[in-house]
Formats: sequence, structure tokens, C-alpha cells
Amino acid sequence: MHEVWTISETYEGRIKEVSLELLARGRALADTLGVALGTVVIGYKIPKTELNSLIEHGADSVYVADDPKLSSFTCNTYSNVLVQLFAAHKPQIVVSAATTTGRTLMPYVAVKTHAGLTADCTGLAIEENTQNLLQTRPAIGGNILATIKTPDHRPQMATVRPRSTKILAPDSSRTGSIEYIPISEDWFSSEVEVLGMRALEGQQGAIDEADIVVSGGKGLKKKDNFKLIEKLAVALGGEVGASRDAVDRGWEAYPHQVGLSGKTISPRLYMAAGISGAIQHLAGIKTAKCIVAINSDEHANIFDLADFGIVGDLFTVIPEILKRLESRSEA
Amino acid sequence: MHIIVLVKQVPETSDVQMDKETGTMIRSSSSSIINPLDLYALEAALTIKDVKGARVSVITMGPAGAIKVLKEAIAMGCDDAVHLTDRAFAGSDTWATSYILAQAIKKLGLPDLILCGERATDGDTAQVGPAIASWLSLPAVTYTSKIEQIEINSIIAERLIEEGYQKVKVALPALMTVVKEIGIVRLPTLKGKKKAMASSIPQWNAHDIEADPSFIGLKGSPTRVVKIETPKVSRNCTLVHVEDEASMSVAMDSLFAFLNDRDFLQKGGKKHA
Ligand SMILES: Cc1cc2nc3c(=O)[nH]c(=O)nc-3n(C[C@H](O)[C@H](O)[C@H](O)COP(=O)(O)OP(=O)(O)OC[C@H]3O[C@@H](n4cnc5c(N)ncnc54)[C@H](O)[C@@H]3O)c2cc1C
Repeated sequence: MHEVWTISETYEGRIKEVSLELLARGRALADTLGVALGTVVIGYKIPKTELNSLIEHGADSVYVADDPKLSSFTCNTYSNVLVQLFAAHKPQIVVSAATTTGRTLMPYVAVKTHAGLTADCTGLAIEENTQNLLQTRPAIGGNILATIKTPDHRPQMATVRPRSTKILAPDSSRTGSIEYIPISEDWFSSEVEVLGMRALEGQQGAIDEADIVVSGGKGLKKKDNFKLIEKLAVALGGEVGASRDAVDRGWEAYPHQVGLSGKTISPRLYMAAGISGAIQHLAGIKTAKCIVAINSDEHANIFDLADFGIVGDLFTVIPEILKRLESRSEA
Repeated sequence: MHIIVLVKQVPETSDVQMDKETGTMIRSSSSSIINPLDLYALEAALTIKDVKGARVSVITMGPAGAIKVLKEAIAMGCDDAVHLTDRAFAGSDTWATSYILAQAIKKLGLPDLILCGERATDGDTAQVGPAIASWLSLPAVTYTSKIEQIEINSIIAERLIEEGYQKVKVALPALMTVVKEIGIVRLPTLKGKKKAMASSIPQWNAHDIEADPSFIGLKGSPTRVVKIETPKVSRNCTLVHVEDEASMSVAMDSLFAFLNDRDFLQKGGKKHA
């Protein structure tokens, strides 16, 4: 029986959290189909404990391509690895993360393998009679939900947004196989060479895979006031986001921009302060699990999408939230 | 140097409002624009042209009206354009679309650099760029935020990825997709507008680009849309008003109960790795 596969990503030798999320998706699909769940890891010197954690989180077989030349992602090389693996194992479904890596690699592989690919799925299910994969995804800025299938081509490929799936509780009694794939020199292309990494500016981490994101907009009035947003983010254990207006004014760096021309994110909690909720901003947060908004204008659009709204002056409301959070952590 | 920029025509969304009752989009006009994220690809190409000198060609696939976005690109400073249009292209998914665009690029002649926007604002897949690179077996550099150095045979660029900026050196010819940080989009010039008006843009159909009929349109698309729903956007917002100390206190109690119920208040804030 053809397996269901996920593509696991690593960073600095560790399996990324999103890859564990994919295993939860894959496990459900594999169980419905009654087949095994495989996962592919491409990288260098990935510790055995990390590979075992894939099994603990739901994988039955782990396929590892481990080589110094695979230490960072380059599209052509990684694609060559996957194309070879697909040909050998013929997985029926392949799920990858909708990360910068997954969104680059999957379309490249889909062309080479003549496979159907659906981006950014929020729902994956198996159609009862046909056993086809039903892929549901938001489109047009999240204003419609489309369900897509790939009737005649295999594998059926999909990417899934980080943070859209709950990780299965690890089960150390689960067993599975770890298979190291023989390295083939044919995989390697020298067209892209990774020269290095530069960290994001400032103290703040990336919003892409954050659980909680606190964003500020033009309502913050000046750069200095953005410290309020940073403080709130830190107090809640989240990262800082911003509207385009805030980014264009230089109050926050572009990697933190949320929305149509910035990032689309699905945090568990999105907090927006001094953001009006323009359609282009909302396009980036349609799949956030929970939205809290602070705005002095009770007619602000952001409240249409929010689960909880505070109509008030952010300059008094945020300090009050901080005070409460502080008194809680002291308690 | 020859650069080809791929652009898409998308529905204008900047003045779209949401219908609060039905949760659907109300389009004030049915006007179409260049996909806003493709403007950054045009800007990147024109910056290279300014600095190094280059011929910049633009290609779009779409119905008759799509010629408008090509004229706009010429008005911004692009040199020539091709319009791919054929009933047989209709219904193409990203796999088939990327095949059609790749065929057109082959016909025009493989350039040194192909530039695309990060994604289109309507389909929102970000798949077409990398897929074209795959058809042409070119290296794909996605999420490019900065082009640092251009040589005859290579480009050094930065990519904005989750962990920060990754610096790469890519051999040409290559395909790159760019993000907003690449530059500030220029406006069309008067001279450009005149040129756009005067220029005649060739139209190519499936036959012209020697497309395999089984690879294009709905028939050639591996994926099928089987259902479209319009999710309700409203989330039944609990709204609290803060006007004075008393209402602040009520609002805070209510907010903290809300956050606590949903497990957002792990003590001290738990940061995920
Ligand atoms: C092609 C295109 C792409 C775009 N992409 C993006 C994108 O990716 N992301 C994005 O965010 N935007 C994007 N935009 C821009 C978008 O249309 C809006 O202009 C932008 O989101 C507005 O930012 P804002 O909410 O910070 O500012 P404003 O709309 O000015 O809102 C400020 C809000 O702050 C509130 N406020 C003011 N003072 C206070 C106070 N003291 N306390 C509480 N509230 C206060 C006001 O009531 C107001 O609602 C895009 C636009 C276009 C055309």
C-alpha cells in the first residue's frame, strides 16, 4: 500500500516544530487509508534523538538523506532527492509545510513528477468512495474556501500552514524504522551556493511560526511607542508584528509586516493595537485562531474579524494589560 | 543582459469592503490591476536595467483585457511585452500555467534572469515561480529581499526566510521571486506612457508556443476545484468599552477571563522555540 508522507524540515540540526504538526495531519490521513506514515528528512548530522522524535510523534518510517552538502536548503538539490525517493516508494500523498522552503520545493518537485499540488491547505481529508485527498484552502485573501482534489495524478501534494495543526502527544513506546538513503552524487547541483545567514534586526524573533503575535499599527503614532507593543509581546511570550503603515514609517522592520504584501500567519493568538483592519491587513490573519483588537474607533474594521475587542485608547489600555500580567507572574 | 518579468492581472482589492451580513467581498468595481506583488519584480528588473543596462521583457497570460498590465509595465520602463491568450489556457492550475509560461519563455529565448512576484494576491499560492524554474531546469531563488551583486554569470542575493536573511550566490540563468523589501516601486513616466501607447504587443496562442494540448487548460491541470464556499468572516466579537477607571477594570476582568479560558496566559509567557 502506498504510504502517506510528510516532508520534515530541520534548522541547526533540530526538527522544526511545524514538521511535528505535519505528522499529526499525516497520521490522521494514513489511519483513514490504513497505510503507513513516512517522513523524509534532508539535512546534515541530524541527531538520532531528533529522528526518533519523528517516530514518537506519529511516523512509521523515517527516510533520511544526510550529507554535508545537504546542510542548507537549495531547491534543485533537495528536489533531486525527493524525485528519486518518490520514484522508488510511490507515496500516494505528500504533505509539506507552507514555509519558505516547502513553498519553493514542492512546486519544483510537482512539475518534475507531474503531480497535483495545493498550497496552504487548512483542511485535509480523505474522500469516502474514491480515497482521494480533499484539500481545503483559503483564497482571494481568505474570502473564499476552495476544496481541491487531484483525481488522476500521484502523489497528491499539499502544503499546510505552520501553527494550523496540534502536535500529537509524544509516545515513546511507538516503533518505526529509520532508513538512511544512499547518497547519490547526481543530486548535487552547484548552481546555488549558500554564503551565510544574517539574523533579523532587533530583539524580536520571526512571526511566521509564532504561537502569539502582537501587532501595532499607525495608531502607535511614533516609533518610540512601538516599545509598548514589544513589551506586551514579551509579557505574553509572543513576537511582534506590524501593519504596513507602521513598517513603511520605519517603526518595525519588514519581516514583521502582516498582510497582503507581508506575511500570512496563523498564530493561536493575534493581538492588534492601533490597526484599523484594512482588507489587505486582514488577508494576513484570516486563519489566526483567535484575534484580540484594541482600537479607539468602535467602527474600525478590525472588530469585524476579532473575537475580543477593546474600544479604547491603546496608550492607557496596554499599560493596564501589562500591569495585570505582571501582577499575575508575581503571584 | 536580458530579463523576463512575469506578471499577472488580478482583481483590484484596495477598495474592497466586506459585506457585514454575508461576510462576502463587495467589489466596488470589477477593475483589474497588476498583481501588486509583481510590481516589486518589475522594480527589481528596472533597477538592474538602470544600474547595469538590460533589456526587460514582460509576459502575462490572461484574457484580452490583460494587455493593460503589459502597457503599464512598459510605461514603467520595460522594453517589450508578450501577451499569452487562448481559450485553451482557461482553467489552468499552477502546474499548467507554469508550463504555458515556460513554453513562452523558451520561444522568446531563455534570458539571463526571470523575475516573478512572491505570489499573486488572488490565487495566493506562490507556486508558479518555482514551477517555471522547474520546467526550465533553472535554479530557483525565492523570497529575494535584496540583490547585492550582479556579475555576468551570477547574482549574490539575500532571501528573507523564517530564521533571517540567507545570503546565496546563484549561477545565471536563474529564476528569482522577490518580496516587497526589494525596493520602492516606481511610477510610470510620461515618456513611458507614450511608448506604451505606441507599442504593439504580440499575442501568442497555444499553437505559437508549441504547447502540448494535454498539458494546458483544465484538461491539463492535475488539480480540480470541487467546491467553493464563502466562509463567514465575523467571529461574534465580544466588545468592551474603556472610558474611565471603572470601565477599564471591567474590561480587564473580561479580557483576562477570555485569555485564561483559551490558555493564553501561561505564567511569565512561554516562548516557543
Ligand atoms: C496592494 C496593497 C497591499 C497592502 N498590503 C498590506 C499589508 O501587507 N499589510 C498591511 O497592514 N496593510 C497593507 N496595505 C495597506 C492597507 O490598505 C492599510 O493602509 C494599512 O493596513 C493601514 O495600517 P494601519 O491599520 O496601521 O493604519 P490606519 O488605517 O491609519 O489605522 C490606524 C488605526 O489606529 C487607531 N488608533 C489611532 N489612535 C489610537 C489610539 N490612541 N488607541 C487605539 N487605537 C488608535 C485608529 O482608530 C485606526 O483604526 C496594502 C495596501 C495595498 C493597496
